[in-house]
Amino acid sequence: MQQIQVPENNAAMALICLLIPLLPFIGFVINGLGNGKLPKSVVTLVGCGSVLVSFLLSIYLFISFPAGSVGYTTEIFNWIKVGSLSIPFAFQIDQLSLIMLLLVTGVGFIIHVYSAGYMSHDPGFGKFFAFLNLFIFSMLLLVMGANYAMMFIGWEGVGLCSYLLIGFWNKVTPYNNAAKKAFIMNRIGDLGFLLAIFLIFMTYGSVTYSEVFTQAPTLPVSSEMITAITLLLFVGAMGKSAQLPLYTWLPDAMAGPTPVSALIHAATMVTAGIYMVLRSNVLYTMAPITLEFVAIIGLATAVFAASIGLFQNDIKKVLAYSTVSQLGYMFLALGVMAYSTSFFHVLTHAFFKALLFLGAGSVIHAMSGEQDMRNMGGLRKALPVTFITMLIGTLAISGIPPFAGFFSKDEILAHVFEHNKIMWAFGLLASFMTSFYMFRLMFLTFFGGFRGTEEQRHHLHESPKSMTLPLIILAILSTIGGFMGLPPVFSENHSLGNFLAPLFTASQQLNPEAFGHHMDHATEYMLMGISVVVALIAAIIAYVIYVSKKSVPAAEGTETGLHKLIYNKYYIDELYDSIIVKPVMGLSTGLYRFVEKGIIDPVVHGFGRITMGGGRGLRVLQSGAIGSYLLTMVAGIILILVLNYIMR
Amino acid sequence: MLTALLLFWPALAGLLVLLMKGEAAKKTAFGAAVIEFLIAVYAAVSFEPNAATQFEINQPWIQNAGISFHIGMDGISLLLVLLTAFLVPLIILSSFKHTYNNAGTFYALILFMQMGMIGSFVALDAFVFYFFWEVALIPIYFICGIWGGERRVPVTFKFFIYTIFGSLFMLVGFVYLYFQTPGTHTSDISAFYNLALSPENQSWVFWFIFLAFAIKMPVFPFHTWQPDTYTEAPTPGTMLLSGIMLKMGIYGVIRWLLPVVPAGVAQWADVVLVLAIIGIIYGAIIAIRQNDLKRLTAFSSISHVGLIAAGLFTLNMQGLQGAMIQMLSHGINVVGMFFLIDIIFRRTGTREIKALGGITQYAKFFTIAFMILLLGTVALPLTNGFVGEFLLLSGVFQYNYIMGAVAGLTIILGSVYLFRMFQRVMFGEANTTTAKFTDLTASELAVLIPLIILVFWIGLHPNTFLNISEPAVQNLLSIIKR
Repeated sequence: MQQIQVPENNAAMALICLLIPLLPFIGFVINGLGNGKLPKSVVTLVGCGSVLVSFLLSIYLFISFPAGSVGYTTEIFNWIKVGSLSIPFAFQIDQLSLIMLLLVTGVGFIIHVYSAGYMSHDPGFGKFFAFLNLFIFSMLLLVMGANYAMMFIGWEGVGLCSYLLIGFWNKVTPYNNAAKKAFIMNRIGDLGFLLAIFLIFMTYGSVTYSEVFTQAPTLPVSSEMITAITLLLFVGAMGKSAQLPLYTWLPDAMAGPTPVSALIHAATMVTAGIYMVLRSNVLYTMAPITLEFVAIIGLATAVFAASIGLFQNDIKKVLAYSTVSQLGYMFLALGVMAYSTSFFHVLTHAFFKALLFLGAGSVIHAMSGEQDMRNMGGLRKALPVTFITMLIGTLAISGIPPFAGFFSKDEILAHVFEHNKIMWAFGLLASFMTSFYMFRLMFLTFFGGFRGTEEQRHHLHESPKSMTLPLIILAILSTIGGFMGLPPVFSENHSLGNFLAPLFTASQQLNPEAFGHHMDHATEYMLMGISVVVALIAAIIAYVIYVSKKSVPAAEGTETGLHKLIYNKYYIDELYDSIIVKPVMGLSTGLYRFVEKGIIDPVVHGFGRITMGGGRGLRVLQSGAIGSYLLTMVAGIILILVLNYIMR
Repeated sequence: MLTALLLFWPALAGLLVLLMKGEAAKKTAFGAAVIEFLIAVYAAVSFEPNAATQFEINQPWIQNAGISFHIGMDGISLLLVLLTAFLVPLIILSSFKHTYNNAGTFYALILFMQMGMIGSFVALDAFVFYFFWEVALIPIYFICGIWGGERRVPVTFKFFIYTIFGSLFMLVGFVYLYFQTPGTHTSDISAFYNLALSPENQSWVFWFIFLAFAIKMPVFPFHTWQPDTYTEAPTPGTMLLSGIMLKMGIYGVIRWLLPVVPAGVAQWADVVLVLAIIGIIYGAIIAIRQNDLKRLTAFSSISHVGLIAAGLFTLNMQGLQGAMIQMLSHGINVVGMFFLIDIIFRRTGTREIKALGGITQYAKFFTIAFMILLLGTVALPLTNGFVGEFLLLSGVFQYNYIMGAVAGLTIILGSVYLFRMFQRVMFGEANTTTAKFTDLTASELAVLIPLIILVFWIGLHPNTFLNISEPAVQNLLSIIKR
């Protein structure tokens, strides 16, 4: 692997790299301190403007990036230096960080604009923009950092923002609980990440990417060590990207305002785990056991979460489980070493899932806060723009050509097919369920008759321009986004894959087998055909149930059997509560009452009484004459000194 | 001379304050503490960044007994002197809203205590160290015993028993070491460092000396005085104890234990690490369900200090430097926390978590300050707590994978009890107790802003401080490992 370069005009580049995250941070400070005082127009200008400028600067970096280069780093200052451990505060600009930059600032900007409309009636308008900007800042540090410690800064920073935004309406206790749950579950993953950083430092003597990855292929390190490092990193990814068994915070995170769900819990933050694996692809390529584990966890999550999505009635909950499931898909791709394919799906998913969430937000906005699809229906007439754009999003996620999701999902399934046919079949099953729950969502929301209250019907309205415009932009991206990665049967030129290729040079040298194309065109066509047919069948089944038969999901508590089990999310939350939360709480009380007050305190106290010579002296003390004891002690010192003097 | 000035200026000022009353005593004490801080900053600026002891004074004291008044500062001492000199004025300022009976005595005691603490950080003779160790204790006994809460008398008594017990053992240990010095006996630090005791003797001397430090920090299971004392002491007393005084125990280990009985340390390091790590988990788990904010913070402190103690005994650069930076961070965060709790108590008349809620709706700047100090405590990157925990955990992990992983649970448990507490105090609906909670006043901001600046300073550029202590720590490690 080539050594990462320092650019010639280093100072200018360093300034631009610094400004990209710094601008949103400044926005955060202004809007945070000015919350409640600044007029909404100023808040919007600062909030959206700062992200827009960062986006423009990112485009500049992208355009001026030398094609085929391995990228460059710019050090801002030395952050932590202790002994041989040296962690610079430095940015790395390469293919991966560039595209993430465009994604975070681009989609981030669109969602900022949307929020100006969505949150316009909220008294915490300024606070909301402050937190959103802080999120962009943290996410940018995560993707721009040139070492694992920098990634960890962003990693925990986005976790904090997620906490603040999930609990944005902090008068409501369940929302606060959801926020706290998200933070704590993420911290479980973070511990794995942290331990991985320590192992990386102990193994490679550095945590800087370029130094670790250039050494990795040649340094004689035991395969157990590499497996441990990659597994621990992946524990971090499981927390942040909501994989089994650390996924339960993400559905609860829907308590936050909908733009937050779109930005943080769909398009950007939750894909940080995929970013991390991609960044460390050299290490993962050297750890086949970890890769298999990643693939299995990803696949299991994809199927499991999709199955829960089948029967949810809250429009945002469906999308939340869908996100968990799609993230599983991305890990499945990573696990079969389809690295650039996984990233392709990160991008297309960012477009269509952000679109779907914002669309859901538009529906909720129109329905005066209603999120239960059983109380919706027939909204396509009142919300035409929302309907059309969401339909595009649904077609994209279901894998219907030529929408974006088709290309990335098909590419994943093709790679999985080569790896293992059984896994491919399960992947297809997840795809089937995805198509079903998405069309179910569309039909329940936009078709049939209106099932809400008269008051809601009265208020139905299409959202303002600041909200529909972002929907339209994202719909366009969801339509054409797939063309950045055309499959080999259509074109030999996979532009995304080619652009990303330098990132995987070392992995390719380690395992050329995994990077070759073995599939003949006939198989490829066949696979494509199967996945499209499967998606269409699911859509048709949904149509029959929810449009032709006009069936509406049953009222709360009347589900039975398997349906009940799935509706209640397999009771996983209840399980965690009884095997983890309750025992820890019991332990807390128990340790305090029985160990602290019952054992240690009396034992130590009794021991003290004995050594201090029993009751009489104690009474002197208890009467408050502590001073006399201290005098005795000082006198004791003097006595020792004097004695020593005489003895000589 | 600078060291002597730093040492005796608070005492002189204390004598003056002793004669004053009320407001005058407060303001004079504050002024004196600020001057002390400026002297400390001057010392830091003129400090040469190397391993040598600087601003040294070595005057014969009890010549025939080989005891000298030997004081001076290397980077390790300097950081703790800076911390003390930084926190004391803020602690005094934080008490401005309170009216204490016999204010002159109260503030004089704080200044006397400052002398004791600085003395123990600069002492380079075992008996001088011991002398200041005890001198620092006397004022805090009075502060807790006279101005404390309802249960102050039994609680102070317990505190007293514990500390005096430890001190006595330390004294015996020092006296033993003193008699082992060759030729004319001396208690000078260099003589202690050059003792070549047999490993058997080091083994028991280790516990005689360590016990005093373990109680002071405190390390599990010698900690049960601490939650009671922190809860019952008047808040300035709690801040002095947790912010500065417990660092005397940690400092004692670094200066008077590790290099003096290295073979004893080698024998017992595993045991101490296990105790320290038990303390991390134990303190954190108990903190989850505490209802009194002060007591919760006390258990949180046991947990955090456990990690520092563990780092000390790893005897590697990351562990020891982590301990250094975490001493500063812990001092800053815990003083800030206790101050915020004091503000809550003054506004609402309660420290019970159950009785609070919804404060954030009324007090924006209070919320921000609370959040920042909470994030520092929970070790979020770019705050001070992260640098310390990162280095400490890395040190412990290098020492032993399993110990490192178990100690690492602190980052999960810490977020459990802190966010649970924060949610219950700050979020939700307000009640009659918390409604109309007034936001921070100017004098409260004057205390919190310097603390918050330090939270980010250490978080963003810890090298300012790490560079001061690194050569001294390096030197210490070479003495231990020779």
